[in-house]
Amino acid sequence: MDFNASTLLLLLPEIVLLSAIAVILVLDLFLDQSKRVFTYGMSLAALVATMAAVMLGDNTSQVVMHGAYVVDAMGSVLKVALLSVGIFAFIYSRRYLSDRNLFKGEFYVLGLLAILGMMIMVSAGSFLSLYLGLELLALSLYALVAFDGDSKPGSEAAMKYFVLGALASGMLLYGISMIYGATGVLDFAGVAKVIASGQADQTVLTFGLVFVLIGIAFKFGAVPFHMWVPDVYQGAPVVVTAFLGSVPKIAAFAMAMRILAESMGGLGPEMGWQGWQGMLIILAVLSLALGNIVALVQDNIKRMLAYSTISHVGFIFLGLLAGGDKGYSAAMFYTIIYALTAVGGFGLLAILSRKGVEAENLHDLKGLNKRSPWLAAMMLLIVFSMAGVPPTVGFFAKLFILDALVNADLLWLALVAVFFSVIGAFYYLRIIKVIYFDKPESEEPIAANVDARLAISVNGLAMLYYGIFPASLLAVCQAAIAAL
Amino acid sequence: MEDMKTIYLILVLAPLAGSVIAGLFRNQIGKAGAHWVTILGVGVSFLLSAYVFWQHVMNGAPVFNENLYTWMVVDGLEMHVGFLVDNLTAMMITVVTFVSLMVHIYTVGYMAHEDGYQRFFSYISLFTFSMLMLVMSNNFLQLFFGWEAVGLVSYLLIGFYYKRETAIFANMKAFLVNRVGDFGFILGIAAIAMYFNSLDYAQVFSAAPDKAGETISIWGDSQWSLMTVICILLFIGAMGKSAQMPLHVWLPDSMEGPTPISALIHAATMVTAGIFMVARTSPLFELSETALSFVLIIGATTAFFMGLIGIVQNDIKRVVAYSTLSQLGYMVAALGASAYAAGLFHLMTHAFFKALLFLAAGSVIIGMHHNQDIRNMGGLRKYMKITWITALLGSLALIGFPGFSGFFSKDAIIEAVGYSQITGATYAHWLLVAGVFVTALYSFRMYFLVFHGKGPRDEHAKDHLKESPAVVTVPLILLAIPSVFIGWFAIEPMLFGDFFKGVLHVASAHDTLGEVGKTYHDQIGFISHGMMMLPFWLAMAGLAVAWYVYLMKPSIADGIRSRFDWLYRLLDRKYGFDEFNQAVFAGGSLFIGRLLWNVGDKTVIDGIAVNGSARSVGVLAQAVRWVQSGYLYHYAIAMILGLLGLLFWFVVR
Repeated sequence: MDFNASTLLLLLPEIVLLSAIAVILVLDLFLDQSKRVFTYGMSLAALVATMAAVMLGDNTSQVVMHGAYVVDAMGSVLKVALLSVGIFAFIYSRRYLSDRNLFKGEFYVLGLLAILGMMIMVSAGSFLSLYLGLELLALSLYALVAFDGDSKPGSEAAMKYFVLGALASGMLLYGISMIYGATGVLDFAGVAKVIASGQADQTVLTFGLVFVLIGIAFKFGAVPFHMWVPDVYQGAPVVVTAFLGSVPKIAAFAMAMRILAESMGGLGPEMGWQGWQGMLIILAVLSLALGNIVALVQDNIKRMLAYSTISHVGFIFLGLLAGGDKGYSAAMFYTIIYALTAVGGFGLLAILSRKGVEAENLHDLKGLNKRSPWLAAMMLLIVFSMAGVPPTVGFFAKLFILDALVNADLLWLALVAVFFSVIGAFYYLRIIKVIYFDKPESEEPIAANVDARLAISVNGLAMLYYGIFPASLLAVCQAAIAAL
Repeated sequence: MEDMKTIYLILVLAPLAGSVIAGLFRNQIGKAGAHWVTILGVGVSFLLSAYVFWQHVMNGAPVFNENLYTWMVVDGLEMHVGFLVDNLTAMMITVVTFVSLMVHIYTVGYMAHEDGYQRFFSYISLFTFSMLMLVMSNNFLQLFFGWEAVGLVSYLLIGFYYKRETAIFANMKAFLVNRVGDFGFILGIAAIAMYFNSLDYAQVFSAAPDKAGETISIWGDSQWSLMTVICILLFIGAMGKSAQMPLHVWLPDSMEGPTPISALIHAATMVTAGIFMVARTSPLFELSETALSFVLIIGATTAFFMGLIGIVQNDIKRVVAYSTLSQLGYMVAALGASAYAAGLFHLMTHAFFKALLFLAAGSVIIGMHHNQDIRNMGGLRKYMKITWITALLGSLALIGFPGFSGFFSKDAIIEAVGYSQITGATYAHWLLVAGVFVTALYSFRMYFLVFHGKGPRDEHAKDHLKESPAVVTVPLILLAIPSVFIGWFAIEPMLFGDFFKGVLHVASAHDTLGEVGKTYHDQIGFISHGMMMLPFWLAMAGLAVAWYVYLMKPSIADGIRSRFDWLYRLLDRKYGFDEFNQAVFAGGSLFIGRLLWNVGDKTVIDGIAVNGSARSVGVLAQAVRWVQSGYLYHYAIAMILGLLGLLFWFVVR
């Protein structure tokens, strides 16, 4: 537990990233607008270097920095996932930003800071460090949403996000203080120990749990704490939405795992309706129902995907509440796959947007197949994956969750989930129909740059690859969960 | 072991790679690129197969049985991708890749001036991949994957000329009829999964004897032997794929596809998948005598009655197609008599000589500028020397002329069925013996009408008749070699040696081949023994009748036709299977479909379920939209209400 220099080695990924951010921030000041692409390259390099540091680092489970920082396999896997999804989001952003004179270093610095915050959340060992990471993430995101200062919807969305985020933060902090009051400690392992010993006051603990859970639900965007999601997704520039709609889900999953499974595991599935399983059931069912049903009537595709996100969050919650190695690993698989899928979907919208034209309504996708068969095929894979159509990976993600539910004797929940997925299939298929069967409104060819084209191809084909070889990723998730 | 694993993987994946490249990049690589890349892929596959054959058969390499990838585990049921390579697999992959390679090369000439050249190469390479997956599988699931994949490619290729109405009709028919078979097949696999909780061959086969006495009730209280149910269900799958009566109707129509695929898929390889599957699962079939009888009777019936139809066909490809049906019947009958090795032996010899006959027919079709009616041909031997000689060799092999490959395999089957003691064996034996005469008759009817006599009867054909190019004739020659010789070399190890030791399982009570083997000494002895038996004389009689009736006195043929008009009409209408299916199944489905559409779809589903739920979803969505007002304080209120709700539910209550 004592501090010595070798513990710093375990923090190497965060250190690498932070140093890179500092360097980029300063260097960017001295670059002309014409050389801005250098910042972009450096940011990608920073992410790759951080990923290398995660992969090469030791990931045997250990707790350092007086309980504030945890190293384990789950953390490493999630960090690699969020870094890779972050790389996709950055690549999709370049041409979109430069078309709109938004190609500035701040975008990448804020993005990197958000990622740093998320890495801290992933590796948090106590409520304090978790909160620290969360705020770093949240503050960066508020600024990113308002990144286009001239856009009124953007500023409005940022404002709403900020106020509601502050409210949720307050609730989370209040909940943490309750838990601290009940247990007297702040680190997750300590809280778990006190709960297991039965010395904590059950009422105070449950009281705190509700507040903390709301913090988690807000971060995910679960009903009824989802109100910010559609407005922010729609208001923010689409490349910010791509980032905000994908990577933070991974961090939110880590937050849920650390708090619910690791520290409050004693109030978990074995308590049934009395513990957090019951709360998650309510939130999950509400999210599945509301997300899928409201998405049906959306014509703005960003808003449609926002509601679709809400329904996917319902699925992730189902995995979490099923509990056990099976449920947690299914939820982890689902989260990672969802993040990868979502970044692809929004990324494609960014690719389709041209100077002065936002591709954000369904009719902007009309006849995409005629204009670019390859991009249409990638969108097909991504949308199929969201809908859960085999052989794309989305099918297996859903299947593993349902399997975990059935295993946990929650057959009725599985049926509810399938029912709403069927409703959800409708609006996904509507996207496909528009892409393949409608006449294009403009014949203008799509001017995508090579890096974005390459990234979207990798992204789309990953849906197919992991659909055919789901075990390759599932095994990693299972190993990570088993090592907790 | 690791080296071999890599070899197996490359062997399977090389054709897939060729197919993907030729299919996806067809515009970039052009015609020549497409045929080079696929021929290279299949060529690599063939060389490796030959190496595998050499390793397993000559050097006695141990059986390879390993799972390479776990696709998923559901409720304890493991689903793997894995390879089982033993002598049977080695034999199958060598035959498949050899014929496939020949067909690839041949296609370069046959399809030279057709549209969809690259698409065609992509399909046949994909087929080769699927077929290899099928025969190399070590479990039922992968077998099913290969089974469906070859079916898919077959469907695509029958409808290759997708602008032609008849081709679309034919591929739909093939698809639907195969659905019937596959339905039985997957029920069989499901029964295996249910009772054995495993799909792995080795595990299922080792557990099978313990389950021999089990019964299941399908409906009511009647008890059925588990093994009989499983085996008959599996065999229904084989009936679809290997075109056994009454599921044979798709195969003649499949001739709508280009000739090279008729040779590869609908004669040499895919249609034999059913035979392969039954042989592979011999440990199960041996446990149910009822199932074996079923197999035997179906096979023998197909062998005889489909051959009869061949006599009245005038389309050169359809004659060969009915001959294929009949020969498949022989193989199935061998399986029913537990002479699995004989069935597989005939499968191998048939693959060579039938592919040869089809490709020769294709060569004739090229020469005749895609006129396929044998009444327009005649005297072609003067124009197409190589095609003529190779077709003669193929026909001799088919009718079982002593010394040719077909002689050994067919005689072995007939004798083995003769020794069989199970129900229906006598019936089957006589049909098979009579079938020999029919085979010789239709084969040489076609041969004489095409290559001999004065002709061609189509006067215009004279101007353009010439021998086909080398890419067509070389595969003919290469296929003619095994068609003639393979029987001589393979009969001893395959039928009476230990080639299939440990692969095929034959109960001692059913060991018909063992009985045949008691009198076997060497090839010469087998031939001289065969020449004293009835089948040989029937074959010679068939040949003579064909010669006399169709070459010397064509008037007799017309006389017979008008005398036995009812028989001719019955055969010409193929016993009315098509009309029956069309009226009862197609018509019945349409009737039920209309009924359901009117009552179920239009009123219940559209009216109440879809429009009703759409309306309620719409109302609900509007309500939520109203809540999502855009006002910040509404959002905050929603959060706080949510908080209060949770607090009330979990803390206060």
